[in-house]
Amino acid sequence: MVDLAISVGQTQTPEALLFWVLAPLTVAAALAMLLVKKAVHSAILMASVMINLAIFYIAQDALFLGIVQIVVYTGAVMMLFLFILMLVGVDSSDSLTETIPGLRPIAITAAVGFGGLMLSLIGRATLGRNAIGLDAANSMGNVKGIAQLLFSTYVWPFEVVSALLITAALGAMVLAHHQSIQVRPTQRQLSTQRFRGESLANAAGLPAPGVFARHNAVDVPALLLDGTPSANPINATLQARGDMLTSGSFELGKVDTSKGEEK
Amino acid sequence: MDAANYLYLSVLLFTIGAVGVVVRRNAIVVFMCVELMLNAANLAFVTFSRINGDLNGQVVAFFTMVVAACEVVVGLAIIVTIYRSRRSASVDDASLLKR
Repeated sequence: MVDLAISVGQTQTPEALLFWVLAPLTVAAALAMLLVKKAVHSAILMASVMINLAIFYIAQDALFLGIVQIVVYTGAVMMLFLFILMLVGVDSSDSLTETIPGLRPIAITAAVGFGGLMLSLIGRATLGRNAIGLDAANSMGNVKGIAQLLFSTYVWPFEVVSALLITAALGAMVLAHHQSIQVRPTQRQLSTQRFRGESLANAAGLPAPGVFARHNAVDVPALLLDGTPSANPINATLQARGDMLTSGSFELGKVDTSKGEEK
Repeated sequence: MDAANYLYLSVLLFTIGAVGVVVRRNAIVVFMCVELMLNAANLAFVTFSRINGDLNGQVVAFFTMVVAACEVVVGLAIIVTIYRSRRSASVDDASLLKR
């Protein structure tokens, strides 16, 4: 075992215990984040990694950053991630097949190389003195210390970052703004279209989905009077996802009537 | 307990995040891996701040968090825009310029 030059003078047992319990958990969660298939599970594992990191920050006398980590990252950022996941489709699970041949072995080899290099670098680095610790710097309290730096030395970066935040918010609004390509028809136009069109077949409106109240879901096309499933538009999203039942099983002859009617 | 242990942890998390960015196909998971890398860098900043007894590192980590939040906002907006036009959040599908 290499004797590490960067060391905190005395050993603090509670912190060591905290570290050796939480660090393997953090690494395991981060690894699992790579390996799980569903993006939602990745998001939850990511949240756990972030909470662990917040605990590490607090353990290292960075109280303000620890709280900010929980509020900003696990609160706001992960919520945003989950929100977008909901929007994009929760069960859009990732196909874990590699599309670029040989990418995965190359990536893992490069990662092992990089990680090994960095680990050995840190292991060999010498500071020539013991770690100082933040007791002196935090003598006024961590928040006050950070505030003093932030509003004196770092005032200019602070203002630039606020401009960046506003720009990002504006950019997100512009990107998310949905401009409709065609003009939406009014009720009057729709009505005219229905009655003055080529046929009057849909004059009374399209048949509602669901079959004779036996299957009242919106994912079954209605049966027409002659027993054929109507080509009525089931919600386009359901169609695209393939979440549609065929109404064939609900045709009158095929319905299992032995069960009796459900009230 | 050695403060350098936190640096080892930071390196491990950064490496895992980098592998994730390269290997995973879902754009949202790729983004989460970028966040993991940023967080690992933050952990290194906080640790160095403690080793050097200087709060500057914590301020830099604070700025990193702000920039990461901006990046997430814009990045997710881009993902939603791409999803709206292409019905897919896979980074492989957005390859229209290739053909």
